[in-house]
Amino acid sequence: MRFRRLKAIAAKEVLQIWRDPRSLMIALLLPFTQMFLLGYGVNLDLKHIPVCTFDREGSQLSQDLLKRFQASQYFVIARDLQSYRQLVAAIDDGDCSLAIVVPPDFSERLNDSGGASVQAILDGTDDNTANIAFGYAAAVVDNFSNSVQVSWTDRQGRALQQIQPMVVQSRVWFNEDLESRNFIIPGLVAVIMALIGAQLTSLTIAREWERGTMELLISTPVKPSELMFGKLLPYLALGWVDAAFCLVMAALWFGVPYRGTLAALFVTTTLFLIVVLSIGYLLSVLIPNQVGASQIALLVTMVPTILLSGYVFPIDQMPRVVQDVTYLIYSRYYVTIVKDLFLKGSSLTELSTPILFLIVYATAVMVLAARAFRKRLD
Amino acid sequence: MNARQPAEPQIIVESLVKRFGSFVAVDNVSFRIGRGEIMGFLGPNGAGKSTIIRILCGLLRPTAGRALVAGIDVAEDPERVREHIGYMSQKFSLYRDLSVEENLRFFGGIYRVPQSELAERMRFAIDMAGLGGREKALVSTLAGGWQQRLALGCAVLHRPPILFLDEPTSGVEPRSRRRFWDLIHTLAATGVSVLVSTHYMDEAEYCHRAALINQGRLIAVGSPEELKHTALGGELLLLEIGNLGAALAALADAPDVLDCSVFGNALHVLVRDAERSFRELPGFLGQKGLRPSRLERIKPSLEDVFVQLIALDMAKRRAA
Amino acid sequence: MNETHRPIVEASGLTKRFDAVAAVDGLSFTVERGEIFGLVGPDGAGKTATMRMLAGVMQPDSGSIVIDGIDVMSDPEEGKQHISYMPQRFGLYEDLTVDENIRFYADLFEIPADIREQRATRLLAASGMSQFRSRLAGQLSGGMKQKLGLTCALVHTPRILLLDEPTTGVDPVSRRDFWRILYGLREEGVTILISTAYLDEAERCNRLALLHGGRVLYCDTPAALKQRMPGAIVVISSPAGREARTAIAGLDGVGNALLVGDGIHAVVDDAALRMPQLREALQRANIAFSQIALGEPSIEDVFVALLENGGRPQ
Repeated sequence: MRFRRLKAIAAKEVLQIWRDPRSLMIALLLPFTQMFLLGYGVNLDLKHIPVCTFDREGSQLSQDLLKRFQASQYFVIARDLQSYRQLVAAIDDGDCSLAIVVPPDFSERLNDSGGASVQAILDGTDDNTANIAFGYAAAVVDNFSNSVQVSWTDRQGRALQQIQPMVVQSRVWFNEDLESRNFIIPGLVAVIMALIGAQLTSLTIAREWERGTMELLISTPVKPSELMFGKLLPYLALGWVDAAFCLVMAALWFGVPYRGTLAALFVTTTLFLIVVLSIGYLLSVLIPNQVGASQIALLVTMVPTILLSGYVFPIDQMPRVVQDVTYLIYSRYYVTIVKDLFLKGSSLTELSTPILFLIVYATAVMVLAARAFRKRLD
Repeated sequence: MNARQPAEPQIIVESLVKRFGSFVAVDNVSFRIGRGEIMGFLGPNGAGKSTIIRILCGLLRPTAGRALVAGIDVAEDPERVREHIGYMSQKFSLYRDLSVEENLRFFGGIYRVPQSELAERMRFAIDMAGLGGREKALVSTLAGGWQQRLALGCAVLHRPPILFLDEPTSGVEPRSRRRFWDLIHTLAATGVSVLVSTHYMDEAEYCHRAALINQGRLIAVGSPEELKHTALGGELLLLEIGNLGAALAALADAPDVLDCSVFGNALHVLVRDAERSFRELPGFLGQKGLRPSRLERIKPSLEDVFVQLIALDMAKRRAA
Repeated sequence: MNETHRPIVEASGLTKRFDAVAAVDGLSFTVERGEIFGLVGPDGAGKTATMRMLAGVMQPDSGSIVIDGIDVMSDPEEGKQHISYMPQRFGLYEDLTVDENIRFYADLFEIPADIREQRATRLLAASGMSQFRSRLAGQLSGGMKQKLGLTCALVHTPRILLLDEPTTGVDPVSRRDFWRILYGLREEGVTILISTAYLDEAERCNRLALLHGGRVLYCDTPAALKQRMPGAIVVISSPAGREARTAIAGLDGVGNALLVGDGIHAVVDDAALRMPQLREALQRANIAFSQIALGEPSIEDVFVALLENGGRPQ
């Protein structure tokens, strides 16, 4: 391989990228918009669930209870209702997902027999939300009941004889706030880089065929490997810029804590970029028209990466067969790596398995691409 | 027809100007084409030939000047102009996935050939093209020459008195080309005026008169014979000699030599006076140790003429 | 014949099929060192396919190509070191400037920067393109694009140049410039193989191969080819061309007559014998004519006549 020729190919590609508005837009604008849209758009947590309250008693105690809903970060009081009819309407209209009804004899029952109940009416159209909302609501009420119990025993002056119920306190490791954002955003970086990386290179060979410049190029002594490396290098540089941008945005804008080393991030990201850029290049070699190549590139990167890389849907929750399939999904390895780097601060040795898979992948694709390219018109 | 001012002019163009913004595509062009006359429009690509034809077809409005086609002012009544013209474009504008017959019927409809005449006109076109027996063949299965003749047939279904042909013989085999020009001459003999636009200079030989257009201006008009005799501004000699390079250099300062260039295995020398150069050149070259093996007068090709004229025109513009 | 003399290009029995059609069908020819050789023929004759096979970008179905001693079919990459190819379709980068294109191709052939600069300056000056160095190639006129293509092809001083229809659609002034450059190269000993559909361009070559239907109809110098013309051309200048043609049709020894703008070109078997007969026939039919003279056959005349003789030269 002659370095001069490789340099010439790379320099030419740089000039062409610079002068092609479409390429530049994909390279620079796309990661920004995707991070923004998907970063904010995807949020698995439930917070600020709209609640409607129907206080049929209107006592100090009932108001105490309802204030706790107000104070909880999981809820926000949407409306105070005055009748069941309003309540039905409110749920129907979607003003709230949950309505809490305090009965008219709430305080009386509580003071009397110590057993009062509160009615929770849920909008069941979203099963998931309903379940979670109920869980939270139960917790709030539980909390309240405990404190009522305590103050009651205080007032009675009796020693607390009841055994305190066991309260499970959970402590979440690594993602303490259980912020789903913290594990989605790193995975999102992988998705975006997979998408953009393949798009960038999927056009390069096809474009030369369509414009007619390939015929002249293949009549020169240039080697397929020189062509490939020369073309990939500028896109690798561009890929670094994009990846850096996405990762910085993840850490600083979305506030995902980063615990790994920068060196590890650089090495692994470079490896992943090589894989996705080579995949795009391979597609460009196999599909010598730009429109076809970029569409297939989109298909081959986006769908498997979003569904099967562990980005949103955990791999170990998938059926056994599908789990085996994910070994073929290159982005799976980078998703693992990035998540681990951000949340666990793993070292390169700890990540050696996914790194190895990426190396194998990169080598295989590049060899395929160099072989598939024919310096022939027929 | 070699008349200088054609009788019964079918096309009259006077001081035609067309500007696109600040770009002058057609710069004060005037000419006339008579009945049954074949006029060639020659010039390099981008010279303005297509623009002029589009104006004459009523597709573009002139910026200034006047153009009358079959007596109709193109600026005032472009629609009516189109009823009197036939147009054949480069690459033949036929429908490749339709048959010969279907194409003819389609164009017959477009040109509103009366139903009563359509069958007869279609027969005429098929015979002219030599496609008898292949009426149902798809156009895509026909070779270039056949498509060319069919396209011509489609353009004359409605018996237009004026025919515009835009690069009609590009990519066509020589025998087909000759056959095509034969058809054009036949049509011209029935009184049809034909305006042919081409960048291929030698095609002017087939025309009664040729007009050379360069950068929007008409720089020469005349019959091929006239152009070859008067426009070159000199006489052309063929010089065969062993050492072409040396001879070329030597002739650069030979007396009465206007231009000299290599052509194949010989030199083409443009001189002021052939007789005189016959006498003087061998001696002049002999002094430099060069002995020509052949020296004779040759007829300039139209390309020689046009290259010379264009070069003169460019020089004139630069001086202006 | 010198034992060590060998043509620089030898093509024999080349065949190439596209679907069922044989674009090139048993084509053979040789090119001598330092000559300008024309592959001449109308569209569809197999010129571009042949050029592509010579350049090593297309594989023949059968036959052999030897360029400067290299078997191009078995080692196309080696062949590419020795040739420079200019395809019919503009093969350079429209989004790069004239200079950037030249630099790219020079780098592909690993030409040192100073030598590249020297050659580029000289070549661009010869084509009148010196002031367009920083213009994007896509903004050049057709003629200038061709000259740029030639410049890039020449920057590594190839010994053999393959040009596929380089003057198609190019304006006559640029065409003349182009040929002037080619003649200059010939002086320097470069071998040039040029394909063209313009039959008259054949006259500008040292030797030519006249192609038809994927085969070589004829291969020799233009002058020799014209000698092969079966018969002679008689030019009759007359305003009544069609009538003149009718009048002489059917006369002994008179073949086809081509209608031109100012008369007819008639093919006859023996000019000296037939000219008086033609004169008489026209006078009898009362057709005005200004002259009857012997004409020089064009390559196209010869081509058509040869084909009419069943594709075999006399």
